Amino acid sequence: MADISSQIIDRIEAARRDAEPLSIVAGASKRFVGRASEGSPLDVAAHSGIVSYEPGELVLTARGGTPLLDIEAALDEYGQMLPFEPPRFGGSATIGGTLACNASGPARPWSGAVRDAVLGVELITGRGEQLNYGGRVMKNVAGFDVSRLQAGALGAFGVISRISLKVLPRPQRTLTLVQELDAARAIVHMNELAGLAKPLSGAAWCDGRVYLRLSGAETAVEAAARQWGGSRLDAAASFWRDLADQRLPFFRSAAPLWRFSVKPSSTLPAIGGEWLIDWGGAQRWIHGDFDRSELERFAESAGGHASLYRGGNREGEVNHELPEALKALHLRLKNAFDPDRILNPGRLYSWM
Amino acid sequence: MTSSERATRKAELARRLREIVAPEYVIDDAETQRPYECDGLSIYRELPMLVVLPATVVEVQAVMRLCHRESVPVIARGAGTGLSAGATPSPAAVVLSLARLDRIIGIDPLARTARVQPGVRNLAISEAAAEHGLFYGPDPSSQIACSIGGNVAENSGGVHCLKYGLTVHNVLRAELVDVTGERLVAGSEGLDAAGFDLMALVTGSEGMLGVVTEITVRLLPTPEAAQVVLAAFDSVSTAGDAVGAVIAAGIVPAGLEMMDGPAIRAAEAFANAGYPTDASALLLCEIDGTAEEVAEHCARVERLFAELGAVSTRTSRDEAERALFWKGRKSAFPAVGRISPDYYCMDGTIPRGKLAHVLTEIDRMAGEYELGVANVFHAGDGNLHPLILFDANLPGNLEKAEEFGGRILELCVAVGGCITGEHGVGIEKLRQMPAQFTDSEVEQMHAVKRAFDPSGSLNPGKGIPTLRQCQEYRALSRPSAA
Ligand SMILES: Cc1cc2nc3c(=O)[nH]c(=O)nc-3n(C[C@H](O)[C@H](O)[C@H](O)COP(=O)(O)OP(=O)(O)OC[C@H]3O[C@@H](n4cnc5c(N)ncnc54)[C@H](O)[C@@H]3O)c2cc1C
Repeated sequence: MADISSQIIDRIEAARRDAEPLSIVAGASKRFVGRASEGSPLDVAAHSGIVSYEPGELVLTARGGTPLLDIEAALDEYGQMLPFEPPRFGGSATIGGTLACNASGPARPWSGAVRDAVLGVELITGRGEQLNYGGRVMKNVAGFDVSRLQAGALGAFGVISRISLKVLPRPQRTLTLVQELDAARAIVHMNELAGLAKPLSGAAWCDGRVYLRLSGAETAVEAAARQWGGSRLDAAASFWRDLADQRLPFFRSAAPLWRFSVKPSSTLPAIGGEWLIDWGGAQRWIHGDFDRSELERFAESAGGHASLYRGGNREGEVNHELPEALKALHLRLKNAFDPDRILNPGRLYSWM
Repeated sequence: MTSSERATRKAELARRLREIVAPEYVIDDAETQRPYECDGLSIYRELPMLVVLPATVVEVQAVMRLCHRESVPVIARGAGTGLSAGATPSPAAVVLSLARLDRIIGIDPLARTARVQPGVRNLAISEAAAEHGLFYGPDPSSQIACSIGGNVAENSGGVHCLKYGLTVHNVLRAELVDVTGERLVAGSEGLDAAGFDLMALVTGSEGMLGVVTEITVRLLPTPEAAQVVLAAFDSVSTAGDAVGAVIAAGIVPAGLEMMDGPAIRAAEAFANAGYPTDASALLLCEIDGTAEEVAEHCARVERLFAELGAVSTRTSRDEAERALFWKGRKSAFPAVGRISPDYYCMDGTIPRGKLAHVLTEIDRMAGEYELGVANVFHAGDGNLHPLILFDANLPGNLEKAEEFGGRILELCVAVGGCITGEHGVGIEKLRQMPAQFTDSEVEQMHAVKRAFDPSGSLNPGKGIPTLRQCQEYRALSRPSAA
């Protein structure tokens, strides 16, 4: 529970001098994300601790290395929660890593991703400068949104040393309905229900069953549940937790795990294998030894992108290929923050 | 350049633009250019070299390529309702109006999205989506006029942003034309995109990174029911505490707005909304959701307000009354425009808990400057709109209003807030940027800008101060207002 930013800065400055690539690590819960890391570890786990928490403002500020479990425990005392239901991946996940991976759970389509909850970020760039963007207030449009730019950047711009987040009150009541349905019909069903003004907060399909979570005011949740029917799932909380943390039986396969992030209503591509569908259709998982470019074509025709999320060959590209103009822009942006390319080089793409 | 060289350059550029865009849509005479000389903040006025209104994305690309080759700066323009002089022209620049790209390309009711061109008006999206039981969340008070392209460029908010989020939370994908005329896509039809989150970076970038030529927005299901609780208080600080209490009770209102005495009286005189004109503060708290939820929460909110010292409370009985309650609030700016020859709208954001302190300080400074202030406030998310009343015809009055405004923004920063919640920096708030950012932070933003626009041709001189401007500010700034 300390502020070690000056050590982080020293380390980055030294690495710059020595042209030594660094691989940023905190909880090490998401080492598998992105390409294989190059560089000596820059361990920022000790840079942790909640800096401030004002329940009345719905704002919490924490250092990047703070474990999610600590943050969630603090919020719980005041009946509040992180809106984006982040995966904890074994419990060591930190808030900085969560933002760097833009890792968000089943509530994502309704309460936003971690990128949506971010109010401000302090960043230690590849030049060793400690910079602040955004703030601790709900609305802030002064300057470019460098805070949200960190979401999913896998540390390419710098070490996320501090984050301010919008938090939310816990819903009064939550329940889950479950019903047998095939995948194609489930996709249509989930999208149709998401278009109704009901307190939907999760919609997933797995192993022939569609799971619908309702959260909100007691009366509203009960009324929607009565109207929609289906059986009520016991131990629903652990189902959604295991879905977020990828601990459902589906995820036990050792084969490479692919992620599709697509238009929620798009039809499933005709590729062999078992799917798991989350985010009301917008996030889909499949295991197998596929050809990356073939999956990318399917994902593009579904309005989104595909990535090799876990396992498989992590020396090659794992993220969806970018058009040349965007590639060049990515390089120029990377260069604007980390001109010597010492922070997590090659983690997002081999060429960056 | 001599004036005759300038005239030749202008004539030559106009000729070549007319090879791209229908001739009548290249405006080169001062009189026809007049409507483009300012945005909603009309104290900043300037005529551009040329105004051009392309009809298609291909034309936008060709205009950008030409201007790039000729090193002519380009200022994108939507509806010109901006309040920070973001779309204000400069004499050597071409104003690129997106007004003719005004088509709703398609609505996908199942995926709940709308694909639109940048010149589409904000409200037109919700109107088109209504038949599917859907609406577009962010609803700036200017929504009948402002364009969705401008909304993306400013990351605009509205009275319902407390629950439904800002523009950045409601746009999925954007097509841009970059400074060289090349097309780029940010975001996707899914909930994230490969690589960096360019959608977030472009949102709120004030036309400095690229020209937005197409947008896919998320649509939300129209709530079954909505009601507004109106509560009058005899002091702004009691009303401020009541705002915090609603949030702390775990209720997320769709909107939670506050007006102070002068704003209440101006709005009531303008809109006859039924506001209690003797109150010192008025809260409007909208609850939406299922019919059961709305009934339950409205009752709780009314009780809470009464317990916390509201002098009177009322809940809207039907849609007509709800619309009337909002009409007063949404017309607060023009209403204040009627009670004062001129007004100057500020846009700072503060932590909610600092409300009473900040309003007291604003009041004190108003005395010091001998100027009136009416306060309209997105209370739920801490976004203040103090409207400084002045008369531009009185010598020195505008300068006084500007200085007072600047000090309000510095005060917002000093209590942990920021200089702009939704109106953007434009030209207007360049001066206060150094109150919020260090020189290194400013320089990093210039580096981001250069990554998109190495020649610095897109909306130059807006949004981010030069380091020289920062130094001047730091040299001049008096000890902090805190
Ligand atoms: C009475 C009134 C009430 C208002 N209420 C609110 C409110 O409640 N909330 C709020 O947030 N704002 C409010 N505003 C401010 C304003 O309406 C918003 O900032 C709006 O988003 C501006 O849209 P516009 O189309 O008018 O943009 P413009 O004023 O034309 O341009 C604004 C900026 O966007 C850039 N731009 C415009 N179009 C594009 C494009 N296609 N690509 C790239 N850059 C572009 C311009 O260069 C400029 O920097 C209000 C204004 C008025 C006059």
